[in-house]
Amino acid sequence: MGGATEAVLGEVFREEAGRVTASLMRRYGNFELAEDCTQEACVEALRSWPVRGIPTRPGAWLRRVAERRALDRLRRDQRFAAKVRVMPFPAPESGDDRLRLMFACCHPALSRDAQVALTLRTVAGLTTAQIASAFLISEASVAQRITRAKRKIVDAAIPFRMPAAADLEDRVAEVLAVLYLMFNEGYLASRWEVAHDSSLAEDATWLAGLVVHVLPTQAELLGLLALFKFQLARVRARFAADGSLVLLADQDRSLWDQEGIREASELLEQAATLDRPGPYQFQAAIASCHALAESWSATDWPLMVRLYDRLLQVQPSPVVRLNRAVALWHVAGAEVALSETDDLVPDLQRYHLLHSTRAELLRELGREDEAQAAWAQALALTLNPAERRHIRARAARI
Amino acid sequence: MKYMLIFAGEHEGGEEKMAEVMAGVDTWWGKYSHSGAIVGGERLQPPSRATTVRLGGAAPTIVDGPFAETKESIGGFAIVDVPDLDAALEMVKSWPGSPAVEIRPVWED
Repeated sequence: MGGATEAVLGEVFREEAGRVTASLMRRYGNFELAEDCTQEACVEALRSWPVRGIPTRPGAWLRRVAERRALDRLRRDQRFAAKVRVMPFPAPESGDDRLRLMFACCHPALSRDAQVALTLRTVAGLTTAQIASAFLISEASVAQRITRAKRKIVDAAIPFRMPAAADLEDRVAEVLAVLYLMFNEGYLASRWEVAHDSSLAEDATWLAGLVVHVLPTQAELLGLLALFKFQLARVRARFAADGSLVLLADQDRSLWDQEGIREASELLEQAATLDRPGPYQFQAAIASCHALAESWSATDWPLMVRLYDRLLQVQPSPVVRLNRAVALWHVAGAEVALSETDDLVPDLQRYHLLHSTRAELLRELGREDEAQAAWAQALALTLNPAERRHIRARAARI
Repeated sequence: MKYMLIFAGEHEGGEEKMAEVMAGVDTWWGKYSHSGAIVGGERLQPPSRATTVRLGGAAPTIVDGPFAETKESIGGFAIVDVPDLDAALEMVKSWPGSPAVEIRPVWED
């Protein structure tokens, strides 16, 4: 099958698979049955559509095939049928079925790995093979992870409904953590062979948009979607023609997607009106500060430092402190910034960006030997080819 | 859906604290027995009074102590019958007794 057809199918599955699973789920009240039959329908589509063409209403086609599979299975397996009948789910409430599906997949009783795999497979319609290649793990372990999680949803009776109002914020936070992880895996790509494949980041953004559609007044959710959109707006400028990484400071800002930046800014403003600040909104505000600056040197660094201070209050992590040190460099100079990073060495010993940041600072202070040692450490700590090329180039430019 | 709630670990603190915890447990247990959620359960004596019988070998061996030496020993259990895992979680979040609770679904066929 050609890559183009595959891309179209991917799009259709992303749009429809979650809906089909959710509707089977509502009818039969059994997660495993709903998920298996939707997958079987997708597999049949992969066989049939490239030959016969994509049906005019692909969603209806998938639903029909999945329904037929479910009925076949219930007829074949009486014991299973009995179990399905005794597990009636409440009638649909307001809101999108797929969101309920997402809350079930991101239930805190499942491990984070299982939440991510299950959400990608069930809600975003990715195949086991796609998930495996995105996270650089074997297909067998993804399949096992998904099977175990599905069994737990069914056997431990994890519900398929909107969380109680008192739990909503916690449960949304759970979904946000899954989406954030998904996005970063796609955007930063620790996998070394495809440094600039952003499809996982686009999936995460699509899913976040889905949740925002149903829950438009969760401030952190709006903040997260804004953050994703600010990042994606810059995606075209992040890599040079030869695949090497272009740092924010050197990016051609005319390549940035202004429409995307405008959408992201609106989301962030909308979040701010809700007056519930949180870490995702601060991260989005920091991204916005970059996105709206005309050039690297025109960036509002004092504001940046203040935003990092706010972020540190709610999320005191060494990585955030490292980023703050970079902003501080432009406000207070390399000496001050370097002494800030000294404290971070024990925590971030294995983080290549600590060493490359220190290398830049040391170079500016004229301590070239120490800078070279720091570049070497940075190089030893990353496999991403674009980052490796970048580090080598910086180290060589004495 | 039936679950076993397994209460694990012990509270730190003196007798006064213990009495306070037990009073809280009584109120909690009363509330959920009354609602029909709790269908059974007991408080257990400490693991130092346990005896374990191993049946794997040629003849059963009798050993002094619990089957597994763990930091969090089991101090009691309840069998609850609630609609789903979220309902069980809701109950457990206000449990005033031991510092950890495992929620284990019961086989129902």
